[in-house]
Amino acid sequence: MSVDLVRSYLRDRSLPHFFCPGCGAAQVLNYFVRAADNVGLDFDRLVAIGGVGCTARIPVYLDADALHGIHGRTLAWATGIKLHNPELEVVIFAGDGDIAAIGGNHLIHAARRNLNVTVIVVNNLNFGMTGGQVAPTTPAHLKTMTTPYGNVEPPFDLCELAETAGATFVSRWTTATARQGIRALEGALKHEGFSLVEFVAQCPTNFGRRALRSGDPVDGVRWIADHSVARSKSGGAEDKTSEDALFVLGDFVNKRRPVFQGSSLLDTERRSA
Amino acid sequence: MNQTGGRVLEGKHFMLGNHAVVEGALAAGCDFFAGYPITPANEISERMASRMPEVGGRFVQGEDELFSIFALSGASLAGAKAMTATASAGFNYMQEGLGYAVAAEIPLVVVDVQRCRGENYATQADVMQMRWGASGDHEMIVLAPSSVQELFDLTVRAFNLAERYRTPVIIMSETTIALMRENLTIPGADDIEVVHRVTPSVPREEFLPFAAPVDGTPPFAVLGTGYRVLHSLNPHDERGSISWDPDVFKTMYERILGKITRNRDDIVETEAVLLEDAEIVVVAYGSTSRPALEAVYRAREKGIRAGLLRLITVWPVPDREIAAAAENARVVLSVEMNVGKYSGEVERCVAGRCPVKRVTKNRGEIHTSEEVLAAIEGVTR
Repeated sequence: MSVDLVRSYLRDRSLPHFFCPGCGAAQVLNYFVRAADNVGLDFDRLVAIGGVGCTARIPVYLDADALHGIHGRTLAWATGIKLHNPELEVVIFAGDGDIAAIGGNHLIHAARRNLNVTVIVVNNLNFGMTGGQVAPTTPAHLKTMTTPYGNVEPPFDLCELAETAGATFVSRWTTATARQGIRALEGALKHEGFSLVEFVAQCPTNFGRRALRSGDPVDGVRWIADHSVARSKSGGAEDKTSEDALFVLGDFVNKRRPVFQGSSLLDTERRSA
Repeated sequence: MNQTGGRVLEGKHFMLGNHAVVEGALAAGCDFFAGYPITPANEISERMASRMPEVGGRFVQGEDELFSIFALSGASLAGAKAMTATASAGFNYMQEGLGYAVAAEIPLVVVDVQRCRGENYATQADVMQMRWGASGDHEMIVLAPSSVQELFDLTVRAFNLAERYRTPVIIMSETTIALMRENLTIPGADDIEVVHRVTPSVPREEFLPFAAPVDGTPPFAVLGTGYRVLHSLNPHDERGSISWDPDVFKTMYERILGKITRNRDDIVETEAVLLEDAEIVVVAYGSTSRPALEAVYRAREKGIRAGLLRLITVWPVPDREIAAAAENARVVLSVEMNVGKYSGEVERCVAGRCPVKRVTKNRGEIHTSEEVLAAIEGVTR
């Protein structure tokens, strides 16, 4: 990230950041700042939300209003904020544990309601902060701290989950596809409705060392790239069952439907009038 | 459902307790409600769903109680006066959000309509969970209404205390009063004191979002007003920066706890009935204070010098009031509708000035005045 971008958008007294060398979450922070700069996001109107985990730390570094420190409740916070002041730009930074495990219920309901917020998921395929436990996103058979004989559970596909639940903007890229990822973030920030952009990301310290037997971030990025397939080539979900293609990349959903403004009908009618 | 459109339904009513809570909230300026269905709190959500749109507020029925309590935090940080209502089993889930609201200093109001036996039977069994349910260090303000009128009055007060001290306030309701209809007088809007949180008066460069005198409350920068504040559960310094320094942690909690404990005289409210010459002091809170009061009057008719100390604020503990009432008493009776929980606090405050006898009832039924009277007579002989 350029010095100018750091000075413009990061909370100076919060640096240096706490990410491990080679962490994918730090890359996504970089991508977000570039996307925000490209679309001219007003940081006085931005509320950045993080729960608990490595990714959840991203809002701490952004020079904006921020909520932080409770695991999984990011979308509940966001709903309260957006219902009271729809003019605020609410962006959630969530790890896969935060959004797919403890916060999974809030995710599907916020998507169903089409809450007008942006969710940026850094999916590092494990619980990185707590030492590398298995997550609902960990690919089958891989070893983690709590699956020493290999993961027996099938993983969630977060983009399919979000789409099925009702999200109106869904993309998946990786830390290795910066250009596409930044473009997807720009689209999500401009989108009116529930947007989710997932980045499959390397976690050299915990996922890398256990699942890939390498703590080298380059090995982690390469492994993700080797197991990714572009949506246009994949031909659908079936291809993912093959050994090599764990992650289908692309822009999956971009559509419009009414955004959530509260459970009361009279309320909704008045506000859309 | 009435569709008056007004925020303050001035006048005389014969109203359900749960509905009085809603009207109290609206009179206090509540403009955000999140809830999840649970008996016996449902009439609060039902009326809020109808009334909120009339006053330009937002109502949301969430996916669970965790949603409710955190939606409240979000809305309040965005400037709303926010409330939720639940019952004991749902109140369990809210502890995490209450802890966050204490640490991040977020005003909000939670109504717990206590229930037991897995249904809407009468109880006061959550009195300790209200105080101690959240993890970490905290003070909690808990108000115990004993009538439909007080469900209105204390809901207004709950919002005012939440706004003044930037902290969650719990209304300790009960099946007994929540599902009861009684006379209610709602004053005119001009006669209802409504407190609003103080907002910053200095520009961003000079603003320290978590700086305040040790007995004070920091000004509240509403989200999106350019102050760019970090609201974290993690220990934070006066600028809001996360810091793991033990001094920062200690200083932060001394201030957050201190703003309640040092202002206890403003927060603590009790009612004394016939205490001046009382030999037998009955201490009660919430609905049980009603049979307790009747028992005291009946004891007086029999020539027994009994009196009642009714705790309107249950937490912080009215310690000095309990001690003063016990000063010249022969015995203190602690009446509560559970296995005997708050009685430990009463004993602590009486501190050996006289014996404390527990008059507990844990059957899902409120005490009768005969039962309390029998307890009074039992210690008279």
